[in-house]
Amino acid sequence: MSEPVISLRGVTAELGSRPVLRGIDLTVHRGEVVALLGANGSGKSTAVRSVIGQVAVSGGEIEIFGTPRRRFRDWHRVGYVPQRTTAAGGVPATVTEIVSSGRLSRARFGMLRKADHEAVRRALELVGMADRAKDSVNALSGGQHQRVLIARALASEPELLIMDEPMAGVDLASQEVLAATLREQVTQGTSVLLVLHELGPLEPLIDRAVVLRDGCVLHDGPPPQAVGQHALPGHDHVHPHAAHDAEPIRTGLLS
Amino acid sequence: MDILDYAFMQRALLAAVLVGITAPAVGIYLVQRRQALMGDGIGHVAMTGVGLGFLLSANPVWMATAVSVLGAVLMELIRWYGKTRGDIALAMLFYGGMAGGVMFINLAPGGSNANLTTYLFGSLSTVSESDVTAICLLAAFVVLVTLGLRRQLFAVSQDEEFARVTGLPVRALNLLTAVTAAVTVTVAMRVVGLLLVSALMVVPVAAAQQLSRSFAATFAIAVAIGVSVTIGGTVTSYYQDVPPGATIVLLTIGAFIALTALATPLARRRARALAAAQAAGDPAECAIPATRGQETKVGV
Repeated sequence: MSEPVISLRGVTAELGSRPVLRGIDLTVHRGEVVALLGANGSGKSTAVRSVIGQVAVSGGEIEIFGTPRRRFRDWHRVGYVPQRTTAAGGVPATVTEIVSSGRLSRARFGMLRKADHEAVRRALELVGMADRAKDSVNALSGGQHQRVLIARALASEPELLIMDEPMAGVDLASQEVLAATLREQVTQGTSVLLVLHELGPLEPLIDRAVVLRDGCVLHDGPPPQAVGQHALPGHDHVHPHAAHDAEPIRTGLLS
Repeated sequence: MDILDYAFMQRALLAAVLVGITAPAVGIYLVQRRQALMGDGIGHVAMTGVGLGFLLSANPVWMATAVSVLGAVLMELIRWYGKTRGDIALAMLFYGGMAGGVMFINLAPGGSNANLTTYLFGSLSTVSESDVTAICLLAAFVVLVTLGLRRQLFAVSQDEEFARVTGLPVRALNLLTAVTAAVTVTVAMRVVGLLLVSALMVVPVAAAQQLSRSFAATFAIAVAIGVSVTIGGTVTSYYQDVPPGATIVLLTIGAFIALTALATPLARRRARALAAAQAAGDPAECAIPATRGQETKVGV
């Protein structure tokens, strides 16, 4: 077995006084693509956010590339795509400006050199957004926002990608671009930990699925086979509530 | 230009230029973080510093700097740990700061609310030699931070969670932003006043956004607007004998309205060009003619 890039052992975490993770074990090996699945509130987002240190854990051990998370400093090896519906902040910013901040982990004192600008341009080409480099992110669609956020994660040329619901609120065309981008990264040996609501178009890429329920690991192994209506050919994994959720998000992005 | 013959006006104009540069330079990060009113809160807290300055016969500018930096750090800590009750804690901090200022100034020998007024709304003729020295030093700090660390501050203000994964010291940078905002408040205190400071941090940025698509351009335009209105306001207040703080803020709002009126047709044209470009390449929903309605069905 190759060296794990992410390793969680018995991790517990609380939000307020409510336990969200009740002792999670999760390992991602080098070159592996692991999907973290589960219903809303199962703790899957909290689990990845504990890996990056955004959520404080109350017990257990987290290691990234074999280093305890608290002592881990090589953040340029990790690309993170947070769960977002927009890349915009309170002030206009161009696609390049947003993606450049992903390169800061490799820049010294925040100075971007020629090689860094090159890397930013390459990341934009990977997600097919190079032609929009100088546009304001406010002018982008939901799927394009997500592509920008993924380019930002790729700008540091990471060995490990952590993505929280990268397909949420993303149109079909962008989903295909994202799946292709991810496939390319995986063939180059990048390890991936993905939080997903459902497997969807990324299904063929996924080596292993970890399913959470109520903060516990329910299943760790091959991706669960779709059953019943979900298994019918042509079923595109659209759930009534998912489509309902997506609607207000899309209008928000266009405004 | 007889306006420059007076030493007090030279000092006032120098202070005004520095305020015009620093207030939008910090304000842009506050607006980006959607904390546009943070400057206002710090302004309230700084009143305690002014009051203490009078009471202890120390320079009120340095005293206000110390107290508002402390207040800003406290606000940042409340933001981390306060969670749900954070807004109540902030309210207590703001009004406690204001009440403290009024109390201390009235306890000071010969002090009254009249002394406080020049700090609340700004006053040019009272900018002293030592104030100018303090303002220059503080402004240099603000410019150094807001320009020198612009990429880091941009990343943290844009997306804190992501910034953490790039290995940036997020908490230190948040604290630095708060401290820099507090310093800016005291830089601007003598010219526009504590109660109007926040306007100069926020409105030039909002006005600049009407014209810009990038953060860098927004920064440059906001500072240009800031310097124009502070000089314009200071000169106007000299010739027309009107209060400088109020003049500057009203000019800033005027600039915002003018730029918005100017930018609306510009934005419309830009949107039309974009829609045309998208219709040619990857079709946008609204650009598809009704006859192709069958294909507009989008599976998410």
